[in-house]
Amino acid sequence: MSSLSRDEVAKLAGLARIEMSEEELVSLSKEFTVILDAVARVQEVASADVAPTSHPLSLRNVFRTDVVVPSLSPEQALSGAPAQEEQRFRVPQILGEE
Amino acid sequence: MSLTYEDVVAKYEPVLGLEVHVELNTESKMFCGCATVFGAEPNTQTCPVCLALPGALPVVNEKAIESTIKIGLALNCSIAPFSRFARKNYFYPDMPKNFQISQYDEPICVDGYVDVEIETDEGPKKFRIEVERVHMEEDTGKSLHVGGATGRIHGADYSLLDYNRAGIPLVEIVTKIVPGTGKYAPEVAKAYVAELRDILRSLGVSDVKMEQGSLRCDANVSLRLIGAEKLGTRSETKNVNSLRSVERAVRGEMIRHAELLNAGGRVVQETRHFQEDTGLTRSGRSKEQAEDYRYFPEPDLVPVEPDAAWIEKLRAGLPERPSIRRKRLQEAWAVPEKEMAAMINADVLDIVEKTVLLGADPTKARSWWLGEISRIANDKDVAIADLAITPQDVAEIVALVNSGDLTDKLARQVVEGVIAGEGKPSEVIAKRGIKVVNDDGALMAAIEKVCTEQADTAEKVRAGHIPAAGALIGAVMKETKGQADAARVRELLLGHLGQPTS
Amino acid sequence: MIRNTAAQMAAKLASGETTSVALTQAHLDRINSVEDKVHAFLFVDEKGALEQAASVDAKRAKGEKLSPLAGVPLALKDVLAQKDKPTTCGSKILEGWLPPYDSTVVASLKKNDIVILGKTNMDEFAMGSSTENSAYGPTHNPWDLSRIPGGSGGGSSAALASFEAPLAIGTDTGGSIRQPAAVTGTVGVKPTYGGVSRYGLVAFSSSLDQAGPCARTVLDTALLHEAIAGYDPKDATSINAPVPQVVQAAKDGNVKGMKIGVVKELNGDGYQPGVRARFDEALELLAKAGAEIVEVSAPNFEYALAAYYLIAPSEASSNLARFDAMRYGLRVGDVDGASAEAVMNLTREVGFGKEVKRRIILGTYALSSGYYDAYYGSAQKVRTLITQDFTKAFTQADVLVSPTCPTTAFKIGEKANDPLAMYLNDIATIPVNMAGIGGMSLPAGLADEDGLPVGFQIMSPVMKDERMYSVGAALEAALLSKWGAPLLNRAPTLEASK
Repeated sequence: MSSLSRDEVAKLAGLARIEMSEEELVSLSKEFTVILDAVARVQEVASADVAPTSHPLSLRNVFRTDVVVPSLSPEQALSGAPAQEEQRFRVPQILGEE
Repeated sequence: MSLTYEDVVAKYEPVLGLEVHVELNTESKMFCGCATVFGAEPNTQTCPVCLALPGALPVVNEKAIESTIKIGLALNCSIAPFSRFARKNYFYPDMPKNFQISQYDEPICVDGYVDVEIETDEGPKKFRIEVERVHMEEDTGKSLHVGGATGRIHGADYSLLDYNRAGIPLVEIVTKIVPGTGKYAPEVAKAYVAELRDILRSLGVSDVKMEQGSLRCDANVSLRLIGAEKLGTRSETKNVNSLRSVERAVRGEMIRHAELLNAGGRVVQETRHFQEDTGLTRSGRSKEQAEDYRYFPEPDLVPVEPDAAWIEKLRAGLPERPSIRRKRLQEAWAVPEKEMAAMINADVLDIVEKTVLLGADPTKARSWWLGEISRIANDKDVAIADLAITPQDVAEIVALVNSGDLTDKLARQVVEGVIAGEGKPSEVIAKRGIKVVNDDGALMAAIEKVCTEQADTAEKVRAGHIPAAGALIGAVMKETKGQADAARVRELLLGHLGQPTS
Repeated sequence: MIRNTAAQMAAKLASGETTSVALTQAHLDRINSVEDKVHAFLFVDEKGALEQAASVDAKRAKGEKLSPLAGVPLALKDVLAQKDKPTTCGSKILEGWLPPYDSTVVASLKKNDIVILGKTNMDEFAMGSSTENSAYGPTHNPWDLSRIPGGSGGGSSAALASFEAPLAIGTDTGGSIRQPAAVTGTVGVKPTYGGVSRYGLVAFSSSLDQAGPCARTVLDTALLHEAIAGYDPKDATSINAPVPQVVQAAKDGNVKGMKIGVVKELNGDGYQPGVRARFDEALELLAKAGAEIVEVSAPNFEYALAAYYLIAPSEASSNLARFDAMRYGLRVGDVDGASAEAVMNLTREVGFGKEVKRRIILGTYALSSGYYDAYYGSAQKVRTLITQDFTKAFTQADVLVSPTCPTTAFKIGEKANDPLAMYLNDIATIPVNMAGIGGMSLPAGLADEDGLPVGFQIMSPVMKDERMYSVGAALEAALLSKWGAPLLNRAPTLEASK
């Protein structure tokens, strides 16, 4: 039986950048026990000799030629910005690496 | 306790690993049609795709694929018959999609090598750097950190983002681990990056300007006791942005690791940032808890399967390897090592070669491009290639000097005129009325005039005090408005004053 | 006028019997009168629609050659970007966002002079089967306002069934066009993957998503299909080939000599008796129309649901990462000293609904190191097996058929707290998305036990979309002559209680 502990859910929420309340973490952890059992069924038939399919199309080598097309105006580019300054997107302080 | 470099290499063997990111010089971005001009106003080269607006989709730039294959071929790699893009998932504000389209386990080029030669105590020695992979990805936007002390990220109040650079095609070239360089590790690292830069430049696929960030090096360094099998823990020094810094960063990290190890400490696996001012590195993000990038095949793009004909066409178009070409030209032109290095540093090798191919003497061609023309480019703060003077122009001017139709001084005026946009050398000569006074009669008249005016000086020369002739020659040149051949004037003057002419 | 088919409306516009402005106004009036009960729309673009209608009328007056559906109004699922119009995907996180660009589908609609009435409600980011997961409240099924209109495209299906629009655009990742069509007694088609551009379709699961046409008749659906389909250089997964001749197929409605394969695994236990009865009846009608009915087996379809609930969340976890409060959309917690990371975390907590968060976490897990092979990797293998099942089945039959859903519309709130029960709704529609083939749902009648619509699903091979239109048109004609009037005439009018 597959399951996901509260701490594992918390770690995943961190990776996915979603703040979660204690209550949410616990309830998701319970739900996942059921959901993971259901989805784990794929392992019943996924034997080594079956090739994976990541995409329904068998297209190859789809390219565009290296030609410049007009960009958005900076006003359009920034039109949805929650905050802006000096024609740039203003974001809260970034922690961590440079 | 501070260790000397000699102490370090007496006890430890360094192991290198180098990751070089190269911005390709395509006209448009990797996955959209936005322009890639360096230094454009912020957010003027963005669109729904590179801003990651909801619904936008990437489409691969064919030229970027070609450039990457060319790089792979030039680095002796195999080109994968099947390769794919993958998403590298992590959140960072300079990356609009919060995933980077990159390549994971199916890169486009694998298993190559680069040979570099460096001076050792035993003379020149060749080192082979093995290349593990060459893959395609996209660049991130640029952040400007506001508030805090120095514009650095730490202590900043907020950041401003410009996504012009987001989505510019990047190629990442990753070496296998490089053991066996011993005390030469810093020089080998530098030589490798320099060789790579030359190869990339010869391919014409990138501007390879380290100072603008179009070529960036991450240097991985670890130490192990000499004779030990097991690799030590490595540190990864990011974005080292000059050749000299590559050398300094590797040397600095070797010393730092050795000091830690000698003191019984351990090296932490982490990202470090190189600081130009001190030559030291500063701790960045710890990689102890490895990021989980959750790579998976990019479902918005289809695989790349370059066929053999395409690859062979690209292979056939590869230029001569820069190191080989350099040797060939150096021998053909009989140029000393130092001069050769000067030409390479000034980026005039191509242009000198073209001038020589148009008939100019290699020494003359070199001295024009490296001397007068470089000086003007410097004054104007532009690249030599951007000046309005061509190898054809220089070759013509050299020919005119050789034939005696121009003096060196007049030739400089012609060069100036050409650069000022006054036309071809012949047009500048015509417009400015530049011509060498070859008429001995006219010259003699000027000489006689000067000798009369400066009778005292003339007398000194007549008495055998040859150096005094300089002043008279100068006056004659002035009299003839600089259009006389100074050598001929000297000859005639000395003869006139009864002195030997050679 | 609003009860006409789109084709009839187009004919009246062409003959000058009515104008696009009048037709558009009639639909806006209808929206005004029933929208408080149905809640199909998130945004009604009264001004924009009337302007567009006026411009079509002007072009027609000048004698310009117009496309077949020029001047006919349409409801657009709110997952497709329309320049300068709100595009929310049913999510708080995109509230107030105005795209600075048109999706290719919208550009095609505009090029064809199809009048866009507004944006329709949907499960947040298309994740759901009931439209209950919209951040802006549920949509109600016009057949029974206490029931769901299907999902995720419940707004589009409800708009059609309540005569608020004769045409609609949906998107289908695991059944989001076909299941809403089934439970509202309308027609919906998921074209072959790559047949309609995804550029500007806000991605849920890139390898499964496909936009498609929705309408009240097979022919209307085909007309809209031709208007939006075709190669798009902005979508690297778009198929560069001629659009299948779906309009011709819908007009002919000929199934003589066609082999129709009944998928053994998509029937039986778990399917409501009324659903099975209508399905069997439809098969008889098709046999009478000259088709040969055969049974095919697709043994791996039973794993499709599990594979889907790994693949779609995995891709979604990555696709939805861009909603981070930095460049557009909601920003929460941007107080002095807050870090970008904290703002992202808070915004995504507040901006995403429960189901979206559930799937993002599931997808993050399925892709994470140490679990990739067991989950995402295995699901990809199942995808191969399902595709192989289809390939084999299509050697035995020209099209495959099944009930679209196991049940008729359920009550709003009935399955809200049971994700697995909700997921089972898509059991018959998901295999189509996994293989990238075409799928259609059209009404097969009402279930005897609850009087609610039942959907009949037709599946056709890659880029053979015309086949499902042939079968759909034949079945529609046979049912119409049996019923004597369109099924939707039996739905409540919604007007009386106002």
